[in-house]
Amino acid sequence: MTSTRRSPWLATGYGLGHVLMVVPLALLVAGASLIVGLSVVGLGVLLVRPFAPALAGFAGVHRRMAASFLGRDLPEARLTRTGAGPWRQVIAWFGQRTFWQLVLWLLFAATGGLALSALAAGLPFGIIALVATAFGLWSSGEAPLWVSLLLFALGIGLAPLWWYYGDVFMRLRTHTEAAILRPDPNAVLEQRVADLTASRADTVDHSAAELRRIERDLHDGAQARLVSLGMNLGMAADLLDRDPELARQLLQEARHATGAALGDLRSVVRGIHPPVLADRGLIGAVQALALDLPLPVTVDAALPGRPGAPVESAAYFAVAECLANVVKHAGAQTAWVVIAAPKNRLRLQVGDDGRGGVRLDRGTGLAGIARRLGAFDGTMDISSPDGGPTVVTMEVPCEWSSPRTTLSSGTG
Amino acid sequence: MRVVVAEDHALLRDGLTRLLTAYGLEVAEALDGTTGLPEALQRNDVDAAILDVRLPPSFTDEGLRAAIEARRTRPGFPVMVLSQYVEHLYARELLASGEGAVGYLLKDRVADAGEFVDSVRRVAAGGTVLDPEVVAALMHRRGDEPVDRLTEREREVLGLMAEGRSNAAIGHALFVTEKAVAKHINSIFTKLDLPVDVDDNRRVLAVLAWLKV
Repeated sequence: MTSTRRSPWLATGYGLGHVLMVVPLALLVAGASLIVGLSVVGLGVLLVRPFAPALAGFAGVHRRMAASFLGRDLPEARLTRTGAGPWRQVIAWFGQRTFWQLVLWLLFAATGGLALSALAAGLPFGIIALVATAFGLWSSGEAPLWVSLLLFALGIGLAPLWWYYGDVFMRLRTHTEAAILRPDPNAVLEQRVADLTASRADTVDHSAAELRRIERDLHDGAQARLVSLGMNLGMAADLLDRDPELARQLLQEARHATGAALGDLRSVVRGIHPPVLADRGLIGAVQALALDLPLPVTVDAALPGRPGAPVESAAYFAVAECLANVVKHAGAQTAWVVIAAPKNRLRLQVGDDGRGGVRLDRGTGLAGIARRLGAFDGTMDISSPDGGPTVVTMEVPCEWSSPRTTLSSGTG
Repeated sequence: MRVVVAEDHALLRDGLTRLLTAYGLEVAEALDGTTGLPEALQRNDVDAAILDVRLPPSFTDEGLRAAIEARRTRPGFPVMVLSQYVEHLYARELLASGEGAVGYLLKDRVADAGEFVDSVRRVAAGGTVLDPEVVAALMHRRGDEPVDRLTEREREVLGLMAEGRSNAAIGHALFVTEKAVAKHINSIFTKLDLPVDVDDNRRVLAVLAWLKV
């Protein structure tokens, strides 16, 4: 048990939390007894179908409490759902380690765990009760003085026990819970495969949609312009002798059409892979992006090298989308971008002093970024209370290549 | 006037050479990459350089770097940088590499041969030339109150001035007399609280500084 010592008050708080949940705990224990009792006649097994998810949810609450008390992540062991009928589902659960872990946890939570929590939570109350009773007896004179003194001494004697061991009781409980609920490595792998399958499907969908968009942009833009350009040139060639003035006009138009076609192609290219990203990498490209926005954006960036091209591109578009949201929706005066590399991760933060209230599900394109980053095992976290400020934090695991030399001129 | 050209696409390189020659400029060297470029940019018999941003070996921003490096060792050496796309960041870096004698244009602008050669001559004479696309982005970004106070016509003049056009060229583009242009410019400078300067180039730089390039 290496975690640092927590205050006894905190331990009491958590213990109290556990004790207050004694009613659902009792119901679950009753449910479990009922199942065991009824399984003699074969009916109990059916009750496992609603019992197991309820138990898993309740255990989840305790797992999160333990994680918060211990200050570290405790991964969840998930019951897998087969989607089959109740019989098959229950039989599948019987074959799963996670299910028996949950049962074991229930046994612990209803016995040793509850005792430990009751100790951590109850000691201060016990102390107060003992001292108060001592005073009561002493002042009313109903009992001999030595009884009052004994109760008082007992109460005071318990105080150091609570002060020094309250935290130990809670740590004992939470560590035991963590050990019991530790997910099966196989289940972790299965979950990982399921996550990867989902994110791969997202990526494939996204790529297909991107390709369709590019095809449409080229078709409606540059292609159409080139067709009209060819037409103009053909007509100009025909008219060269008969009507030189009209031919000249058509040639002028043709020249404008080339300019417009090039403009279309440029915007398509920017949407695929901005040239400045290829030239200058993520930091330079984000700086270039910040320069073009109608509000001041400070960019604070330092990276040990360049991330792989796919991560770099996803990161750039993520920041670009966030900044576009700031311009469109935030009503902000200033915005900022921080790009950093804690350990083997790329961390992107985009913040603004706008009106806040940004949510992942409000169709601001953030969900799209989250999915895209998901393909790289990236995460997105939004902090945006109503009234602001908003901070979007994105992290992607990342390997670094050696840095490229940067421009030597002293420009900002 | 003798210029050095660096452009990796053979078609464009030959086209540029032919165009410049047709308008009476002499192409001293036409290179297809950075090999030999630093030496060519140091030649005393060369008056200006026209560089593509993307050049081999890495096809990123070698041309831009070469331009800035040349202007570091040879202050005020006129350089016109061409690119398939323009980047505000690059315009800023070029402008910071010394006062004037610098141009940054989209390759598309070559289509208007007369205008393009005129831009090259202005850069060689110490002027500043910025692509309309960069200027439009700058104006859009500064779309705040002082810009709103300008009339439609004054905004057009401001844009053309930021591109580095002379009064005569602005008048020609807007079909008005040079005198009318001068009047618009005076009015713009008053509205934007800028010091009036008779020197064309310093005036352009003042406008660009105001636009916060």
